[in-house]
Amino acid sequence: MILYKAIVFLPLIGAIIAGLFGRAIGAKASELVTTGLMLIVAALSWYVFLNVGFGAHEGEGPIRVEVLRWIQSGGIDVSWSLRIDTLTAVMLVVVNSVSSLVHLYSIGYMHTDPSRPRFFSYLSLFTFAMLMLVTSDNLLQMFFGWEGVGLASYLLIGFWYTKPSASAAAMKAFIVNRVGDFGFVLGIAGVFVLFGSIDFTTIFAAAKTYLPAEGAAENADVVLNLFGMHLDKAHAITAVCLLLFMGAMGKSAQFLLHTWLPDAMEGPTPVSALIHAATMVTAGVFLVARMSPLFELSHTALTVVTLIGAITAFFAATVGLVQNDIKRVIAYSTCSQLGYMFVSLGVGAYGAGVFHLFTHAFFKALLFLCAGSVIHAMHHEQDMRFMGGLRKKIPLTFWTMLIGTLAITGVGIPGTEIGFAGFLSKDAIIESAYASELPVAGFAFTLLVIAAFFTSFYSWRLVFMTFFGHTRADHHTYDHAHESPQVMLIPLFVLAIGAVLAGMVFYGYFVGEEQAEFWKGAIFYGAENHILEEAHHVPTLVKWSPFIAMLLGLLLSWYMYIKSPSTPKVLASQHRALYNFLLNKWYFDELYDLLFVRSAKALGRFFWKKGDVGLIDAYGPNGVAARVVDVTNRMARLQSGYLYHYAFAMLLGIAALVTWMMLGSAL
Amino acid sequence: MTGWPILSTVTFLPLVGVALLLLMREDGANGRRNILNISLATTVVTFLASLFIWYHFDNSNVGFQFVESHPWLGTGIGYRVGVDGISMLFVILSTFLMPFCILASWNAIEHRLKEYMIAFLILEVLMVGVFVSLDIVLFYVFFEAGLIPMFIIIGVWGGKDRVYASYKFFLYTLLGSVLMMLAIMAMYWDAGTTDISELLKHDFPPQMQMWLWLAFFASFAVKMPMWPVHTWLPDAHVQAPTAGSVILAGILLKLGGYGLLRFSLPMFPLASDYFAPMVYALSVIAIIYTSLVAMMQEDIKKLIAYSSVAHMGYVTLGIFAANTQGVQGAIFQMISHGFVSGALFLCVGVVYDRTHTREIAAYGGLVNNMPKYAVAFMVFTMANVGLPGTSGFIGEFLTLIGAFRANTYVALFAATGVILSAGYALWLYRRVVFGALEKDSLKGLVDLSGREKLILYPLIAATIFFGVYPAPIFDVTAASVDHLVQNYSAAVEAAHKVAALVN
Repeated sequence: MILYKAIVFLPLIGAIIAGLFGRAIGAKASELVTTGLMLIVAALSWYVFLNVGFGAHEGEGPIRVEVLRWIQSGGIDVSWSLRIDTLTAVMLVVVNSVSSLVHLYSIGYMHTDPSRPRFFSYLSLFTFAMLMLVTSDNLLQMFFGWEGVGLASYLLIGFWYTKPSASAAAMKAFIVNRVGDFGFVLGIAGVFVLFGSIDFTTIFAAAKTYLPAEGAAENADVVLNLFGMHLDKAHAITAVCLLLFMGAMGKSAQFLLHTWLPDAMEGPTPVSALIHAATMVTAGVFLVARMSPLFELSHTALTVVTLIGAITAFFAATVGLVQNDIKRVIAYSTCSQLGYMFVSLGVGAYGAGVFHLFTHAFFKALLFLCAGSVIHAMHHEQDMRFMGGLRKKIPLTFWTMLIGTLAITGVGIPGTEIGFAGFLSKDAIIESAYASELPVAGFAFTLLVIAAFFTSFYSWRLVFMTFFGHTRADHHTYDHAHESPQVMLIPLFVLAIGAVLAGMVFYGYFVGEEQAEFWKGAIFYGAENHILEEAHHVPTLVKWSPFIAMLLGLLLSWYMYIKSPSTPKVLASQHRALYNFLLNKWYFDELYDLLFVRSAKALGRFFWKKGDVGLIDAYGPNGVAARVVDVTNRMARLQSGYLYHYAFAMLLGIAALVTWMMLGSAL
Repeated sequence: MTGWPILSTVTFLPLVGVALLLLMREDGANGRRNILNISLATTVVTFLASLFIWYHFDNSNVGFQFVESHPWLGTGIGYRVGVDGISMLFVILSTFLMPFCILASWNAIEHRLKEYMIAFLILEVLMVGVFVSLDIVLFYVFFEAGLIPMFIIIGVWGGKDRVYASYKFFLYTLLGSVLMMLAIMAMYWDAGTTDISELLKHDFPPQMQMWLWLAFFASFAVKMPMWPVHTWLPDAHVQAPTAGSVILAGILLKLGGYGLLRFSLPMFPLASDYFAPMVYALSVIAIIYTSLVAMMQEDIKKLIAYSSVAHMGYVTLGIFAANTQGVQGAIFQMISHGFVSGALFLCVGVVYDRTHTREIAAYGGLVNNMPKYAVAFMVFTMANVGLPGTSGFIGEFLTLIGAFRANTYVALFAATGVILSAGYALWLYRRVVFGALEKDSLKGLVDLSGREKLILYPLIAATIFFGVYPAPIFDVTAASVDHLVQNYSAAVEAAHKVAALVN
């Protein structure tokens, strides 16, 4: 039991030490303490993962560890407690491995920053919140972790607080996430009304028998009145799932609530790797996978999840095609990959979604950290238009980044289980999208294959623009470009190993033959859900489609950025409107600014000036005041005379009351 | 419990301090220090004494405890005091906040320090008196008299528009007071007693409940304050000295909510049920409207004042949701808001003492030379936003759950406050604390002094402690709230049955 508590709370201890005593013990000590604790925690997590996922499991069901009482109020009874099952164990491994590597990497990347203790404290705090999220045993503790990672993300995006753009991005991230949380909170309330509890154990047990049998009389019973709709059981669960999904959309930057993620790149690069690629943004995926017993009950909710996922995968990939900031390209790529994960959740292939989450954590963290290494080498230049030719200068970064690119574009041998990490997980998703019977499955499949083509294009574009060709950087920067120190390279090597092997090693357990023994019910598949089985038997052309898309993307990219580098400019000027549309991210920022930010401000000002001052005050106190001032003027006693009036009136009142009561009792 | 009248002791203990202060002379540094020390010692001792109440409080008892009762003048009126799970924590909250007010006034008050301290100590007596009163006339006296020291504090030690502000405050309050007075008379006429514990058992006729409810509501809504009778609050806060704002936000705003819980809900259940939709509507408007207005404020104190109105919207929502989560959430929200908003005003006071301006535009980049202050302000901002792990979350969440159970539309609109509060609070934080330190007037500012740390750190500890482990508060309130909610639903149900039979 202490093992699980140690995993969750050691990062918190690290955060507190670095945060409160960082100045006293110095930056070096803060780094060592937080990083050391994280390495221990990462080792422990792998032990737990092997034990829970593969070991002889002791007893039935998940391991549960009580920590402390939290909120007891009527039917709500939630504790701080930890729940460890295979899904949690997978997340523990992902979070702690990436986090410890990012801690290590940051020692090198941030070595000139004056506020390192604060940085490491935030990183560890984030890790703690993320661990609370993935180990939670109820929706509320999950929400605690959910908001905790949001806070850490806010603090880290705004880490360089003197930059106005960083503070703005931090605020935007928090507020857009809050829009999702708005749905999440209502969803929690809905779950409470439907199940009388927000404990996972209770909810999941009740969910099994939640839907009445076909034709049963209670089918039409209204169980929830939601926003004017009278919902029976089936519709109520749909509504609740959709509200919860809204939370997931915010955290995982899905279409419509995605605008904060690209701006979040204002934070230091290790932060982008940890929070905005590998862990926090996958919290939404984790939420849906965790709540799979509920989502399995509603086809409508799953359809929406699929649809949003597919649109995100496509949309983000189109924007990624034309971005010039190296981090923004990867950010949009993250957004797009998260869309893939949601599609697989939506079609009911939860295992595949979590598998992609798992592999993606390795190769995306790798890509970000490599980008960080490039930026480090280029003296904080992030624009790829001023890079190029770096292959010789920073060869180790180049090779690791190449591995990351091979992994994300999904290089492998179709029809076999041999390939880079992304090959196995992404193809599993695309195949299940094809095999699904949801009405939107065909649409989703098409968008995903197109997105795979785009992914390949922009990923290779990034590599070609950064590492190949002649340099476009100024002389000084290029000449001084240097390979990163060991402390930054080691995390790259480790992640690169993950990016190569994670898919091949774990495919069988996450989605293949051994998946049932591996998950042990941590992910719930409905009785009619055979999607993983069906995904194995899709036509050969379907199996080859992502591979072909990948090859086409690579070729096109090679042609445009190596063979004939003038083509992109010509294309851009020929299709100016389309290019601007993509470059400006479909104008979502401008649209939201107009719709929400400006109108909220205008409304606030209107309520203030016209409502409070113009209406309430003018006709209320000031109107009365004007009359009273007239009167008091005549009495020539303006100054605070009302106070005595008040005291006098009150005394008079009391006197009247007492007299009246005395008379009353005498009668 | 022994015969020791602990409640009266706690209530009137500050008067000992007042007596001592009256003997003091204010001249010179020595006199000044003596006055401050006496005031601080008095409030600290009062707080420690009040902890005895909590220590000896029986959580499982739903009735009133530590009851003292003395008849007066042979009328029905008596000196009756006692606390139950609903009122006890407000007593503690009041005594807890007072030492911080004294500390916050340490250097800020330059003239008439003695009178200022006397006003605060008397204010404490009256505030605690409101929460312990078990006689409705006694309640009325404390409730109304408590405003007098507040008028004086704003009117004498306030900012430059202090006369207007206290005047507005007075006008709003007046109407409510008169109506409440009449209602109290009517209640005595119907029930023949002014004893609150007797009144709680009395069934007022349904028609009469409506009128009584409205009269009480008029008074409590102003105190909360609810939209649209909230406009006195921003002015009062802006003009009040820091410590005055702390008491205003921390305790005075809780009088209305406490009144609703003590009188409106249990004594007039049918009327409460009948008027609940109206209260929901006003609460939701308060949350959305004042959050938006808060966002656009240019004065830090006004912004926090408007955010208080929005937070009180959750309280009224929770109370009239009239289920366990709603009512417990409302109580928790009031307690938490008591020290969080108090702390926010203290934070404003810290920079106001240095720069003498409350204009948001005059600040920016404070984190550069005041990192400790930035941390403290961040914690309270997050509590204001309702981040889980801070005390601000728990009340907000429970009231939302309560509202969702009562009416999902209400919950839907109220939940937008989750987004809006993040909007105005973070924007404020960004403009004041983040950014580069460019303004010359701010470059010389020094970080928190020892005294300021002594004020802010315990409040940080309380904010986080009750966010992580709110059980001590729920343990106190649970039994009384359950009792209240059960009686309420029983009364409403019985009335519905009668109505069904008649039809």
